[in-house]
Amino acid sequence: MLRATWRSLIARRMRLLMSTFAIVLGVAFVAGSLVFTDTLDRAFTGIVSGTVGDVMVRPQGAQASTRAGTTATVPVSLVARVKQVPGVRDAVGEARSPTVYVLDKRGKPLGGQGAPGFAMGYHTLPAAHGIPALTLTAGRPPTRAGEVTIDPATAGAAAYRIGDTVSLLTAGTPPRITARIVGFAKFGQGSLVGATLTTFDPATAQRLFVGNSRGYQDIWVTAQPGVSDTELRSRIAAVLPRGVQADTGDAVAKESGGQIKQALGFITTFLLIFAGISLLVGGFLIVNTFSMLVAQRSRELALLRALGARRGQVTRSVLAEALVVGLVGSTVGLGLGFLLAIGIRALFARFGLDLSGTPLVFRARTVLAAYGIGMVVTAIAAYLPARRASSIPPVAALRDDIALPERAVWRRWHLGMILLGGAAGALIKASIRPVQHSTYVLAVGMIAALFAVILISPVVARPVLRAAGVPYRWIFGAVGRLAEENSLRNPRRTAATASALMIGMTLVSMMTVFGASAKSSVDALIADNFTGDYVVSSQTGIPFSPSLADSMAKVPGVQEVSRLRYSPAQIGTDKDALAGIEPRTFGDIVKIELVAGRMPAVKGHTLLVQDDVAAQRRLGVGSKVPVSLGGRPATFTVIGIFKKSPAILVRYLTSLEGYAAAGGRPQDTFVYVIQRGGADPAAVERRLQQIVAPVPTVTVKNQQEFAAQQHEQIDTLLRIIYALLGLAVIIAVLGIVNTLALSVIERTREIGLLRAVGLSRRQLRRMVRLEAVVVSLLGAVLGVALGVALGYALQRSQRDQGITVLAVPWTQLGLYVVLAALVGVLAAWLPARRAARLDVLRAIATE
Amino acid sequence: MSHQVAARAEHLVKAYGAGAAAVRALDDVTVEFYAGEFTAIMGPSGSGKSTLMHCMAALDQPTEGRILLGDTELGRLNDNRLTALRRDQIGFVFQSFNLVPTLTAQENILLPLSIAGRSPDPEWFDTVIDTVDLRPRLKHRPSELSGGQQQRVACARALVSKPEIVFADEPTGNLDSTSGAEVLGFLRRSVDDFGQTIVMVTHDPVAASYTDRVIFLTDGQVRDELRSPTAESVLSRMTALDPRRARS
Repeated sequence: MLRATWRSLIARRMRLLMSTFAIVLGVAFVAGSLVFTDTLDRAFTGIVSGTVGDVMVRPQGAQASTRAGTTATVPVSLVARVKQVPGVRDAVGEARSPTVYVLDKRGKPLGGQGAPGFAMGYHTLPAAHGIPALTLTAGRPPTRAGEVTIDPATAGAAAYRIGDTVSLLTAGTPPRITARIVGFAKFGQGSLVGATLTTFDPATAQRLFVGNSRGYQDIWVTAQPGVSDTELRSRIAAVLPRGVQADTGDAVAKESGGQIKQALGFITTFLLIFAGISLLVGGFLIVNTFSMLVAQRSRELALLRALGARRGQVTRSVLAEALVVGLVGSTVGLGLGFLLAIGIRALFARFGLDLSGTPLVFRARTVLAAYGIGMVVTAIAAYLPARRASSIPPVAALRDDIALPERAVWRRWHLGMILLGGAAGALIKASIRPVQHSTYVLAVGMIAALFAVILISPVVARPVLRAAGVPYRWIFGAVGRLAEENSLRNPRRTAATASALMIGMTLVSMMTVFGASAKSSVDALIADNFTGDYVVSSQTGIPFSPSLADSMAKVPGVQEVSRLRYSPAQIGTDKDALAGIEPRTFGDIVKIELVAGRMPAVKGHTLLVQDDVAAQRRLGVGSKVPVSLGGRPATFTVIGIFKKSPAILVRYLTSLEGYAAAGGRPQDTFVYVIQRGGADPAAVERRLQQIVAPVPTVTVKNQQEFAAQQHEQIDTLLRIIYALLGLAVIIAVLGIVNTLALSVIERTREIGLLRAVGLSRRQLRRMVRLEAVVVSLLGAVLGVALGVALGYALQRSQRDQGITVLAVPWTQLGLYVVLAALVGVLAAWLPARRAARLDVLRAIATE
Repeated sequence: MSHQVAARAEHLVKAYGAGAAAVRALDDVTVEFYAGEFTAIMGPSGSGKSTLMHCMAALDQPTEGRILLGDTELGRLNDNRLTALRRDQIGFVFQSFNLVPTLTAQENILLPLSIAGRSPDPEWFDTVIDTVDLRPRLKHRPSELSGGQQQRVACARALVSKPEIVFADEPTGNLDSTSGAEVLGFLRRSVDDFGQTIVMVTHDPVAASYTDRVIFLTDGQVRDELRSPTAESVLSRMTALDPRRARS
C-alpha cells in the first residue's frame, strides 16, 4: 500500500511537473521579452543621451533620426551668434551622417545588417548634463582631409591599427573613400549597439555630409555651470532667425529614443504574441491535468464531502494545489526568461544589434508580470476542474468514473457554433473588403474561430476518431479497435489534448499558407508590374551614392536608368513618406495607372497622390499640400492621382527636382536599369556588377534574383515564426504524454486483464501508440483545416498590401499531418513503456 | 473417467520475502488436474489457493518447481511465449472486472481470438452464445449488463477459443446466489457437454459442489482431496481442516 501511494505520488509529481512546464515556457517568454525590451531601452537611452549637447539648434521640423537625412541646414554664421548668448560655454556646428560604413581589410562592411554607420566631425564638447561625449582612447584627433578615427570596438573586430588605411562607404560622391586611421574614439557612454563611429576633421565632415561650407546640420551647445538647459534653450531661441529652432538635449534624445523604441517595439509585440500562445496551450495542459487529477481523486474528494467538507472547501483545496504549480512555474519561468533574454540578445547581435555592452535590466515590473501572469493563468485553468470537483456528490465515493454530462458537451457545441458563425462573419467581412480597423476585425475573428473550434472539438472529435478507427481496425485488428475505443472513451479529454496541438498546427498552417501566398504574390507582382531588367538596391534600403547610377547610364547596352529616392516625410498633417522618381522613365519600369493627370506634368513642386489617400484627405488635382523632409515645408501642388497598386507602396510621388526641393538629399534608394533590345545581357550585367563592386552594400539583381531575394526574406521570417511556434507544439506534445500516462494509470486493471487474456507487451505498446497517433492526427487535421481557412482569410484581407495570389502548399500541409502522427508515436513512448512494464497480477489486483 | 493429465505442478514453492521474514505461499505442492474434469481448489484465506492458480495459469512464476501444461513446461518460456500460451491455450474468468468496458459483449468474447488475429469458428461461437444465453445482449457494453450477465460473457470468452484449460478465480464471488448458480451451471455444462477442463478457486462449498473433485489447501500445502463433492461433504471436510471456520 505504501508502495502504491509512493508510486501514485511520483506519477502525480511528473504530471504536475509537465503542466508546470507549460507555465514555465509561457512565463519565460513574457519575462524574456520584457527583460530584453528594458535592456534595449537602456542601451539606446545611453547612446542617445551621449550624442546630444545641453541644447541643440536645428532647422525647423528636423526629425532626429531620419536616416536619409535632409538638405536643410542652419547657417554657419549662427554658431558665432549662439556663442554670444549669455550662459553658453561653447557651441560647435555639426555635420553628421548615419550611413558611413567602415570596410574591413577584405572589403566587407563592418557592423551588422541594418545597424547605422555614424560619422561626424570631431569635437570635444561634452554631452548633455556633462556626460563625456566623444572620447579619444588612442592616437590623436583627425585634423585634415584623409584622416579619421574609428571606434575601438570596430577597430578590434577588423584588427585595424593606428596608421592603417581604411576604406569607407558613403552615400555621397564618391561612394567609396579611403583615409588613414589616426586614432580611436568612442562615445563616452555605453556601447554603440553594433553601429560603427567614424570621425573626420570638421571641414571634411561638412564637405561630405552637408555638401557645402555654408551650413551645418545642427549646432551643439554646452551650457555654463549653473545654467539650466531649459533656461538656456529659451535664451538661444530668442536670437534665432526664422526656420531654426532650439531644443534641449533631453527633448531631442527623447524624440530619437522614442523613434528607435517604436521601430524596435515590434520585437516585444512579436515575443509577447508567442508568450500568449504558449500560455494558451499551457492553459489547456493545466485544465486537462487538473481535470484528470480531480477525476482520479473523486473518491477522496467525495469522502471529504461525505465527512462534511463544504463545496467551497473542496474548490479551494484544488485551487491551492494549482496555485502552488503556478508559483513554482512562474519562478522557474522567470529564471528561464532571463536566459531567454540572453539568447535573444545573442540572436540580435548576429543581426548587428550588439547589446553586449549593456547589462540585462531586471525591473520589478518584469517580476510582477511573470508571477501575475503565471498565477492567474494557472488559477483560471484550474478553476473549472476545481468547480467540477466540488460538484462531486458525496455518494460518488463509490463510483468509478466522473464523466462530464453529455448536456455540457452539447452546450459547448452550441456556444462554439455561435462563436464560429460570428468568427466566420468577421473573417469574411475582413477579407471581402478592407473595413475600418480591419486588422482588429481579422485578429478577433481568428481568435474567435480558434476558440470556436476548441469548443466544438469534443463533438467533432467523435466522427474524426471513428473515421481513423476504420483503417485502424483494418490494419491492426483488435489492437486498433482497442486504441480507437480508448480515444473515444472520454471525447472531451481527447479533444482537449488534441486542441493544444491544434492551436500550434493552426498557426503553423496559417503561416505556411500565407508565406506561400506571399511568395507567389511577389513572383506575380514582379512578373506583371515590373518591366525593368535590373534592380540596384542596398540591404535594408539604406540610400546610396548617385554616382553609381551615373556610371550605369554610360554602360553600352543600357537604354534607361531610372532612380527612385525615398524618405519619411511630413505631408500635410500626416507623417508619411515621399518618393522622388523620374517621370519620363518611371512608367517604363513599373506599371502605374493614372486616374487623373499625366506623367510628364510631374516636375518641380508637384505631387502624384494615390487614389485612396486622395479620397481620404479630400485631395484633387490643384490641391496645395505642404511637404517637408525635415526642414521648412515647401508647398506642392497635386497634379495627378494614381490607382492604388501593390507595385507602388508609396502614396505620394514627385519628381527628383521636387524631392530635392522638399529637402531630400541627392541619394538613391533604388535604381532600375532597362537594357537595350539586342544588347548582350551577360555583358551588361558584368559591367553593372563592376560598377557596384567597390560598394559592397549595394547589389545589382535581375528579375529572378530580385524575386529570390524577396523569397529569402519571407523564408527567414517564416523560419523564425516556425521556431517560436515549435515551442507551442512541444507543450502540446507534453500534454499528450501527460494524458496518456494518466490514462495508463487509470486503466491499470484493464491493462492487466488484457495482458491476462493474451495481449503481448508489444501489442500493448502498440495500442498506446495508436491512441497517441489518433489524438495527434485529430489535432493536426483540425489544425491544418482551420489553418488553411485562416490563411485564406489572411491572404484575402492583405491583397491590397500586395498578397494578391492564394497559394496552398498541400504537400507541405500533408507533411505536417504525417509529422504530427510521428509526434504521437514519440509522445507515446514513455506511457507505452510504463504500460508494458505493469505486472499482470498486480495490475489485475489494483483497486 | 479418463485420467489424462491436462496440467501438473511438481514440487511447487512460491516464497515471498527473504530470510526470517520469508513467507511460503506454496510449500512443495505437487498436484495434477485431469482433462475433461471440473476441479475446485479450496482453502481458507492465505492458504495459497489463488497463488497456485496464478502459477498454473502462467500469470505468476513459482520460486521452485515445475509446471506442465499439457506437454509444455512453463518455466522454459519467455514472456512472449507465455502471453501466447495464455491467449491460445488458457481461458480466464476473474472474480470481477472481467471485461474491457469500451468493447461490446461480442467483442469481449472474441477478444483473445482477435488479439491473435484468428477468426472464430462460427458454429462453435453460436453454440457458446446459446449455452450462456447471451444472444440478445451481444451488442451491449459491459456497463449495460448485470453482474451475472457480465460473468457469463467472461465465461463465453474463456471458452470460445477452445482452450486446453479454463481457470476461474472465485467467478461467483461477487454474484447473488441465483446469478451464481447460472454461471456455475454453465461451467458444469461445458465440462459435461464439451469436455472442457476447468479449474476453479472458491471458498464457497455450494460452488464446490458443482465440481468433480475438490483439492484442499492450507498453509501452502495440499491437505486433502474429495471426489464427487456435495456442499455438506465439502463443509465438513473444511471444518476438519480449519477449525476456526466452523465457528464463523
